[in-house]
Order: sequence, then structure tokens, then C-alpha cells
Amino acid sequence: MEFKTKVHAGTGQQDLVITREFDLPVALLFKAYAEAEFLAQWMGTNVLKLESKKQGSYLLETKGKDGTVAFRAHGVIHDFIAGQKICRTFEMDGTDLGVQLEVYVFERLTENTSRLNMHVIYETAAQRDRVLKLPFTQGINWAHNRLQEVMKGNKHSS
Amino acid sequence: MMKARRDVFQAIADPSRRAILVLVAAQSMTAGAIAAHFDTARPTISKHLHILTECELLQQEQNGREIYYHFNPEKIKAVADFIEPFRQMWEERFSRLEVLMKKFKTKK
Repeated sequence: MEFKTKVHAGTGQQDLVITREFDLPVALLFKAYAEAEFLAQWMGTNVLKLESKKQGSYLLETKGKDGTVAFRAHGVIHDFIAGQKICRTFEMDGTDLGVQLEVYVFERLTENTSRLNMHVIYETAAQRDRVLKLPFTQGINWAHNRLQEVMKGNKHSS
Repeated sequence: MMKARRDVFQAIADPSRRAILVLVAAQSMTAGAIAAHFDTARPTISKHLHILTECELLQQEQNGREIYYHFNPEKIKAVADFIEPFRQMWEERFSRLEVLMKKFKTKK
């Protein structure tokens, strides 16, 4: 089966290539990354700062239900060519996953379709592999948290 | 003490071990035959073979007096399978992006 989103991770390499075709004009696809209002909505995080320009920077933050910070990430924007390209760093706070360099190329396919090519380079191959495992690890954590909640509920009722 | 991590990812992070895998994937070989392909000292090759066997990327098979190393493709598939949740995470995000921007387009 052909997936819309393709992830290519060469064995033992320290980078990833992610591509996806969109049923959107390239200008709109770019807007989703360049404007805080949109980025916040599809990424599901608060955008505390986003300076979409060369030598700009950004700061993302997600708070859990109890108000504690669940996710915080920041980076600088190295290159910004409207409608075409964003090159930025990305670092998740409170992890030892290091900094990653991200090159986003926004490609026009037809008037109403476009493709995003993401090239992400990590400090080491080991860090890249840990990032690849993140959704898996988080899934486990969430399952554990839910389990804990359920068990807490049972304790009160018993 | 450092905890020994012996997963597939750890095993393939080393270029020598990747070279051994490529070699053995083409043809099952004894440790001696594998070592003959490298300038590396024999104990170093043995250590690599030990790690690759421990994480089951290689399997040993006794053939008379010789032990042959076989490549285990099932285990390398684990690497591809590991990427799947990550791919799905991006698939979800990108689908949200598409829906969001389509709505914005029609509002305009």
C-alpha cells in the first residue's frame, strides 16, 4: 500500500527524509508553517513566538491538563524564502535528543497540489533512532498514565 | 555501571557491523571467513559477531565442526516496523494541516 506520508530512514544514518503530497496550493501549505495561528492548530501546541524570517526564532509549548508543561521546543530560523523554503533548528527542552537541523522545501506540483520535502539531520545516528521511537515510547507512557487513573478511581470506590 | 543496550538499533549504529551484515546477507559464513574480509583484529570481529548474534540479526548454525553465521531478515524488519508509529504521527499531523488549510481556503 502506498502511504501519503513517506519516511525514509537509512540504516545507521543520522538523518530522515519525510515527504508528503498535499491537496493544497503551495502558498497555503507554506502558510500553515509560516503563520502562528495555523501552526498552533495543526500541530496542537501553543506558539509563544514565531518570527518567520531569516535569523528569526520560535518557541512552542504545550501544557497538560494540570497546567504543567508537557512539551516545549524552540529553534532559530536560518533561512526563510516565502512560499519555497524554511531552514531551521529544532530542539525539544528537557530531553537529551540534541538539536536537529530541518530543511523544508515546499514544492508546487499543480495549481492546487503541492509537496513538502522535509530533511531532518540529527547530531548522531543514535539520537535519530531515539526520536523515531518517540511515538512508541509516548504511547506506552500514555497507556501507563491511563492505567494509573483507572486504578486510582478503583481505589476510591473500593 | 552502564547498562548494556543490545537492540537492533544499537547493533546497526556501527559501520563495521553494517559491513558484516551486508557480507553475511549475501552468503552464510564462518567467523574466520568473515574476519578475512576485514583488516580489523580477530577479537574485534568476534565482539561484533557476538553483539549481532545477541540481538538476533545473525543466527548461528552448527555445520559439522564449523559454525556458520546466517542473516536474519525478520529482525531487520523490526527497524522498518519501528518507523511506522512515527510515520503515522506525521500522517495525522499532515491530515490536520490539509483539513485546516482547505477550510481557510473556502472561507476566503
